[in-house]
Amino acid sequence: MSEKEKKQETNISRRSFLKGVGTGTVAATVAPAILVSDAETAEAQTDGAVSTAKIQLNINEKLYEIEVEARTTLLTVLRDGIDTGGNNVDLTGAKLICDRGECGGCTVLVDGKAVYACMMLAMDTQGKQITTVEGIANGDNLHPVQEAFIKHDAMMCGFCTPGFIVSSVALLNENKKPTSAEIKDGLSGNTCRCGTYPFIFDAVETASEKM
Amino acid sequence: MASWGEASQSRLIGKRIARLSGKDKVTGKAKYTFDINRPEMLYGRILRSEVAHANVTDLDLTRAEALPGVKAVIPLTEVGRKLRYQGQEIAAVAAETDDIAKDALRLIYVELEELPFVVTEADAMAEGAPQIRDDWKGNQSNPGINEDGDVDAAFSEAAVTVEATYHTPVQTHVCLETHGHVVEWTDENNLTVWASTQAVFGVRNDLARRFELPANQVRVITEHMGGGFGSKFNAGVEGLAAVRLSRMTERPVKLMLTRKAEHLVAGNRPSMTQHVKAGATRDGRLIAYDMRGYGTGGISSGAGFNAPYVYHVPNRRTERFNVAVNAGNQRAMRAPGHPQGAFAMDSLMDELAEKLGMNPLEFRRINDSSEVRQAQYTLGAQEIGWHRRNNVPGSGTGVKKRGMGVGSGLWGGGGGRGTQARVTINADGTVEAVTGTQDIGTGIRTVIAIIVAEELGLAPTDISVKVGDSGPGLPSGGSGGSQTTASVAPVIKTAAAAAKQKLFEHVAPLLQAPVDDLRIGTGKIYVASDRTKTVTWKQATGQLGQESISEGGNWDQELRQGGVAGTQFAEVEVDTQTGHVKVLKIVAVQDCGLAINRLTTESQINGGVIMGLGQALLEERIMDPQTGRMLNANLEDYKVPGTFEIPEIKSIVFDTHRKVTGVGEPPCIPTLGAIANAVHNAIGVRIRELPITPDKILTALAEKKA
Ligand code: FES
Ligand code: FES
Repeated sequence: MSEKEKKQETNISRRSFLKGVGTGTVAATVAPAILVSDAETAEAQTDGAVSTAKIQLNINEKLYEIEVEARTTLLTVLRDGIDTGGNNVDLTGAKLICDRGECGGCTVLVDGKAVYACMMLAMDTQGKQITTVEGIANGDNLHPVQEAFIKHDAMMCGFCTPGFIVSSVALLNENKKPTSAEIKDGLSGNTCRCGTYPFIFDAVETASEKM
Repeated sequence: MASWGEASQSRLIGKRIARLSGKDKVTGKAKYTFDINRPEMLYGRILRSEVAHANVTDLDLTRAEALPGVKAVIPLTEVGRKLRYQGQEIAAVAAETDDIAKDALRLIYVELEELPFVVTEADAMAEGAPQIRDDWKGNQSNPGINEDGDVDAAFSEAAVTVEATYHTPVQTHVCLETHGHVVEWTDENNLTVWASTQAVFGVRNDLARRFELPANQVRVITEHMGGGFGSKFNAGVEGLAAVRLSRMTERPVKLMLTRKAEHLVAGNRPSMTQHVKAGATRDGRLIAYDMRGYGTGGISSGAGFNAPYVYHVPNRRTERFNVAVNAGNQRAMRAPGHPQGAFAMDSLMDELAEKLGMNPLEFRRINDSSEVRQAQYTLGAQEIGWHRRNNVPGSGTGVKKRGMGVGSGLWGGGGGRGTQARVTINADGTVEAVTGTQDIGTGIRTVIAIIVAEELGLAPTDISVKVGDSGPGLPSGGSGGSQTTASVAPVIKTAAAAAKQKLFEHVAPLLQAPVDDLRIGTGKIYVASDRTKTVTWKQATGQLGQESISEGGNWDQELRQGGVAGTQFAEVEVDTQTGHVKVLKIVAVQDCGLAINRLTTESQINGGVIMGLGQALLEERIMDPQTGRMLNANLEDYKVPGTFEIPEIKSIVFDTHRKVTGVGEPPCIPTLGAIANAVHNAIGVRIRELPITPDKILTALAEKKA
C-alpha cells in the first residue's frame, strides 16, 4: 500500500474527519486536511465485493423479482430498480427529495400504512403489500383524492404531489371525516415548497365528503 | 387594435380552470428530469469541498476509477487551484448505480491546504479579517452612493425621526427537485439533455456554446420541473460535468444534486443589513431617508435590495455595498431584492407612524402614490377587520396576544419579445399549440390552452399544448421576472387568431358568406348577419382536406402591460410564554393584470404568501464561523413552511385592467413586513431581524420588562 493510500485509509472515516476539525483552531490553521465526501450512508463497501440477494416484492399488486444490496432502499428499487428480467421498475412517482425522512416526497403505502420509502430497506418490505402513487387509481378511475387535487389545483410544480396524494389517501383510510386540524396533522410529514397547502387542505376535505 | 375583449364576453379567460397536467401529476405519471431513466444510463455524483477555503495540493482519482462499476471520473478542479466555499466541486464520477457512484467519491484522494476563511458578514467586515477576494478591500465592494434632494435640510424639518437596523439572513431556494440533468449523446454531434430548468432555450444555448455545437444539434427537454424560484437558468457545473461524463462513457448519464449540495451551491437569496434613519413631518409626510446597507451574495456580488421601497421619499441618501464570504453564490430568488427591502421599509413605516401617533395604514396612504394600492388598502383592511387591531401595541391581555400588520410591494412583469409559437389546426379538428417556454409550476400550459380554446370556441382540454422542448425550434425566454405569461400569451393569442382567420377563409365558400362576416361560437362557426348559417368545428376543419393550418404569432404590445401593486394584511397570535408566533390569517390583495386562469393565479398568490411567511418566521442559512460549514443543509434544520404553519390565506386576485402582466413573484414581497408589524402590534416590541423565532421574541419581551 502506498503512503498516500495509507493516509487515505486512516483518514477516510467521517468520525476521524470530524474529530480533526473539532481540535483544529480553524480559521488560523494552515495545515493539510484530508477531505471526505458528503455521503451520508454508513461505511460503504469500497472493495467492490458487494453482496446482493434476490428478493420478491409485491408492488401495486404485481410481483417483481429484484437483486438488491443490503443497503438498497425501497425508494431506490421503485425509482432505479431493474428486475431480474432486465426491465426497469420505473415507478418514479415517489420522489427522492431529502433522502432522510424529512419531506414525505417518497411516501408509499406498505400494508396500508404511509411510510417514507427512502427510510425503508427494500429487504424489509418482502412479503408486504406496497402501493405507490401509480397504484392509487383504479385503472382509469381516479381516486377521489386525486380528483379533488385536480379540481382544487392542489399542486403547482407537482413534485411533492405524489407524496401528498399517498399521505392523504392513508389519512382518509384511517379517518373518514378529518377536521381541518386533523388534516394538517395527517399531512405534517409532507413538505411543499411551492406553497400549495391551502388548496391541498381544501382537496382533502372535498375528497372526504366523496368517500 | 388587439384586445382580450370584455370580461362578460369571455367564456374561459379569467375563469377557474383545472390545470391540464393535473392528471399526470396526481397519478405519478408526470416525468421530471429526476425521473428519466434511459437504457444503459449511468449515475453521476460530484465530490465537493467540505472546507470553506483551501488550496488543492493533491488530487488522485485512480482508486475511484478502479472501483468495479465506475465508468468515468473527471476532475473539476486541479492542483494549485483554490476552493473558496464549502460545496465547491472537486471531481465527478459516473457509475453503474448511484450507490457505486457514492462509494467512488470516497475513494477520491484530495489533499487540501486550509486557508483562513470568513463565513459571516460580521467576520468578513471585522478589523484584520482574512482577505478572501483579491479585488475587494476588506472583503467589501466599492459602495454605490445615491443622493436626491437635500437630506440634511429635510431631517432638520422632520418632526419625528427613527433610526434602526434591519436584517434578513440568507435564504435558500429549496427547489424540491434538485438541480440536474440527464444527458445523452444520440451520436457524435447530437446532444439530448433533460434538464430541470426554468430556461429550456437558455440551457440549450449555454451547452451549444460550451461544447461548440450548432444550437440545433442540442435538444433540451423539460416536460415538468420541480421548482426553480430563480435558481435554474443555466446548465451549471453539474450540467457540464454530466455532458463530459456522458461523452467519455458514450452512455446516458443522470446527475442530480444531493439535497445538501442544493443548499450549498445552487443559489440563495442574499442577506441584507440596513442601518437606516428616516424622518417625517407632523402631518405624516415622509421627507428624509438615509440608509447605509450591505448584504452578502457569498463569494460573488449581487446582494442588492430595494431601499427605500414603495413609498416615495423626496430627500434621500443611500449607500450600499456587497460583503464577500466563503459561501456558495447567490442567484436570483423570487423577486430579487424586494422582500428584504419591503421588510425593512414596512417596519420603518410602522415605527415612524407609531412615533407620530398615527395609524400605520393612514401614514401609508399619505405617502403612497399608487392608486391601485390605495384601493387595495381599503379592501384588505375590510377583509382582515383592521378596526379590531390594537390601538396600543401589546395592549391585549392574556398569555397569547394578537396583533395585525400591513405590508406592501410592487413588481414589473409585463413580458418581453422573443417568443415564437405555432398554433396548428388539423383537418380532423385537432389543435396543437407549440412554443419553447417551460412550465415552472405556474401552469403556463393551461394558460396557453385557455387562450387558444377561447379564440377557437373549443375547450382547453381540446388543445394539445407542447412546451418544454427546444426540439421544435420555437424559442421562448426563461421563466423569470414574472414574465412568462406576458411574454407568451400575446404570441399565442395572435397565432390562434391568425389560424382562425385562415380557417374562416376555408369555410367562407361553404357558408356562402364573406370571411369578415364569420364568427366563432362554441364548437362552431357561424355567419354574423345570418345566425342560421353555421357549421360545426369538425365540419369546418374537414374543409382542410390534406392540409393543416399552422400559424405563428407576434408579441402584440397592446395585449400586455407591466407594473403591479400588492398589499397584504396579517393577523398573528404570539404566545408570550413560549415565544411562538402563529399566523392566523393573511389577506393578500394582489394586482396581476388580466388573470388568464384565476385558479392557478390564486395558487401562485398562496404560494408567494407561504414563501414570504417562511422568510419571516423560519428560514435562515446558518453558517458556522468555527468550521466554515453550513449547519443546516438539509430539510429538517433548514425549516420551510409545513402544514402547521399555514394560516388562513385569503388571496384576492385584484385585476385592474385586461392586459396580461404576471404574478409569480410579487405575492411573496409584502408578507414579511405584514407579519413583522403584526408581531409588534401584538406584543409591543419590535423584532428587526428575521426570521422572527421564539428566542428573539422571548429575549425582546424580557428586555422590555427589564
Ligand atoms: S425523500 Fe424520503 S422523506 Fe424525503
Ligand atoms: S407543488 Fe411544487 S413542491 Fe409542492
